[in-house]
Amino acid sequence: MTDHKLPDMQGPLCPLPYNHYDRIVLGHGSGGTLTSELVEKVFLPYFSNPALLAGDDFADIPGDLSGRLVVSTDAHIVSPLFFPGGDIGRLAVSGTVNDIAVSGGTPLCLTASFILEEGLKISDLEKIVRSMAETAFEAGVPIVAGDTKVVERGKADGIFISTTGVASVQEGLAISGANAHPGDAVLISGTLGDHGMAVLTARGELGLAADICSDVAPLNHLIKKITEVTQEIHVLRDPTRGGVATTLNEIAQQSKVGITIFEDQIPVQPSVSSACELLGFDPLYVANEGKIIVILPDFLSLKVLNVMRHDDHGKKACLIGRVQRDSPGSVLLRTRIGGTRLLGKLSGELLPRIC
Amino acid sequence: MRYLEEFRDADLVQKVLSRIHNTVKNPWVIMEVCGGQTHSIMQNGIDQLLPDNIELVHGPGCPVCVTPLELIDKALAIASLPGVIFCSFGDMLRVPGSSTDLLKLRSQGAQVKIVYSPLDAVRIAQQNPDKQVVFFAIGFETTAPVNASSVLYANKLGLQNFSLLVSQVTVPAAMHAILGSTDNRVQGFLAAGHVCTIMGYHQYHAISKRYGVPIVVTGFEPLDLLQGILMAVVQLENGSSQVENAYSRLVNEAGNIPAQKMLNDVFEPCDRNWRGIGMIPASGLCLRKKFARFNAEEHFELADITTKESEICIAGHILKGIKKPTQCPAFGSLCTPQHPLGATMVSSEGTCAAYFRYASVKQE
Repeated sequence: MTDHKLPDMQGPLCPLPYNHYDRIVLGHGSGGTLTSELVEKVFLPYFSNPALLAGDDFADIPGDLSGRLVVSTDAHIVSPLFFPGGDIGRLAVSGTVNDIAVSGGTPLCLTASFILEEGLKISDLEKIVRSMAETAFEAGVPIVAGDTKVVERGKADGIFISTTGVASVQEGLAISGANAHPGDAVLISGTLGDHGMAVLTARGELGLAADICSDVAPLNHLIKKITEVTQEIHVLRDPTRGGVATTLNEIAQQSKVGITIFEDQIPVQPSVSSACELLGFDPLYVANEGKIIVILPDFLSLKVLNVMRHDDHGKKACLIGRVQRDSPGSVLLRTRIGGTRLLGKLSGELLPRIC
Repeated sequence: MRYLEEFRDADLVQKVLSRIHNTVKNPWVIMEVCGGQTHSIMQNGIDQLLPDNIELVHGPGCPVCVTPLELIDKALAIASLPGVIFCSFGDMLRVPGSSTDLLKLRSQGAQVKIVYSPLDAVRIAQQNPDKQVVFFAIGFETTAPVNASSVLYANKLGLQNFSLLVSQVTVPAAMHAILGSTDNRVQGFLAAGHVCTIMGYHQYHAISKRYGVPIVVTGFEPLDLLQGILMAVVQLENGSSQVENAYSRLVNEAGNIPAQKMLNDVFEPCDRNWRGIGMIPASGLCLRKKFARFNAEEHFELADITTKESEICIAGHILKGIKKPTQCPAFGSLCTPQHPLGATMVSSEGTCAAYFRYASVKQE
C-alpha cells in the first residue's frame, strides 16, 4: 500500500455552516445545536421560570393543587400574525387562560408548542414570544413546558401555537354550560365583535381603513373578582369563534333552557358596527377574544355588573338577556323594534355578501 | 345624521306602524323585490308587527339564488382548470353546483379567491400574468357598473388574462315576468332601493301603468321598509297605482348617470335563464361584442353541461311570490342552508335561507 501523505490541515476544507440566521431554517427543528440556540436565545430569556429552567422533559405543576384540577387545550392560528390590539402570542396565552378560567378556578400553568414555518423571521418569533411572556405575566400564569418543530416553507402559515392550561377549582363552585336556570340573567363583559373585525380589517383585503382594536386579553382576574362576589355563578363562557350567538346556543342546548337576548342592549362599538354593516356581518356572530358571558341568578346581576365595570376588561359590562323555560335549546332575539326571532348558530364561515 | 340608528328608532317605528294599522282596510299582497329587504324584514321581525291583512311576499331579487345551476356548473368547471385563478364574491362560494361547490374545489387545490370588488380580480390578473383570472360577475344593476368598470380597466391595461363569467340580470324584466304571469298574486311592489340608486326609477312608470300596481322605491332599514309599506298601502286603499319614492335620501328619478353609462358601454341586454323561474326575454346583461375577449364562456372550451333541479323544491313558486317557504315539504328537513335543494336556500339572501335563519317566534 502506498503511503500517501495527507495534506497539512491549514483549517477546515469545507465551509462551516452559518450559525447565525435571521430566519427560521429546518435545522432549528432538528433537536441539535440550532434548536438549543433558538431555545436559549429566543425562548428562555422570556419564559424563564424554575420549572422550565430545570431542563427536564417534564415540569411539575406549580401552585396549590388541593382543588379539582381542570385542563384545556387550544390551537392558535391567525393571519396576520400581528394585528391591532394583539398578536398570535397574546392570543395563544389569553385563549387558553380564558378557557380554564371559565371553570371559576385559578389557572396554575400553561404549556406551549410551536409549529414554525421555515422562513419565519426570528425577529418576528421573538416579538411573539415576548408578547406571550408579557401576557402570561399579566395573567400571572407561568409557561412551564414547551416544544418547537419546524416545517418546510409552504406547509404552515408562519407560526402555529398550541397551548394547554391547568387550573385548580375550589370546592363550592359548580360552573358549567349545563347550569343555566330559568330566571337567570345573561351578562356580557363588553362590546362584541372587536377581535374578528380587527383581524379582518388588518388583512387589508377589504379596502377598509377602520380603527378597530382586538379585545384579546386574559380574563382570569376579572373572573376571580366575579367569583369572589358570589359562588352562585351558573355559567361562564368566552364567546370566541361563532360569537355570542353561537355560544349562547351551545349553553341553551347544554342546559335545556331558552335564552332571550335584547337587541337594544347589545353593546357594539360604532366602528365595528359600521364595518359589519358594510360587509353584511352580524356582530353577534363575530369572534371575541377578551369577553365573557356570565349567567347567574337575576338578583345578583347588579352586584356582579358593578364589580365587572370596575375591571379594565369589563368596563362596558351589561345585561343582555334572560334565561327562560320556554323554547328549550333555542336562543331568541327580541329586536329593537319589538319583533322576536330565532338566533341560530353560525353555519359555515362568515362570508361577505354581494350587495 | 349617521344614516343607521335613525332608521331603526323604535318610537318612530311604532308611529309608522300605527299609521299602517289605521290605513289598512282590505287584505293586500305586497312584494319586496330584493333579498336584502327580505332579510331586513325577517331580521327585524317586521312581518310580525304588520296587520294580518298585509301579506308580504318575497321577490326574486337575490342574485345568487337566480343564477342558473348550469352557470354554477360552468363556474366550477372553469375553476377546476389548471392555470386558472377563479375570483368570486363571498356568498357564491358555498352555492352547490350539481356535484360540488367552490369551497370544496378550493380544498382540493383549485385557486379560488374571495374578492370584495371585481377590481381586486383585475389586480390579481396583473400580478399573475401566467394565470387566467376569471371573475364570476353576478348580480343586478347594483353590481353591473362596477363589473363593467373592471372590464374597462382591464381593457385599458391591455390585460389578456382577465375575463368575466357573466350572469347579470335586471329588475324591471323580473317584475314584468311576475306581473304578467297568470298566477300572479302581487298587488303592490317595494322596488329595491339600491338598484334604483343606480338606475333611477323612470323605468317603473310603464310597469305601474300597464299592470295597475303601485310601486314604491324602498330602502332597507326598518323605518325605510315600513315607510315603503305605508305608501304602498295608502295607494292600494285609494285605488291608485303610481311610482313613488320612499328612499329619497339616495334615489332620484334619473339615477346615477355615469354608472349607467359605464354599464351600457360594456353590457347589452340579452335573454337570461333565471333559476327557479326560467327564461325571461331581455332580462339579462351580456358583454358587448367589442368586449367579447373578456367573456370567460368564449375563453374556455367547456363540455356540454346538463343539469337537473330537485323535484321537490318549490323555489320557482317562492321567487314569484306564489308560495311561502313553510309550504315546502322539504323546508328545514331535507333542505337546509348546509344542504340546499334549490335556489332560495342557497344564498344568505334567499327567501328560504332567511326563513330558516330568522324563523319568527310567536309571542305569548
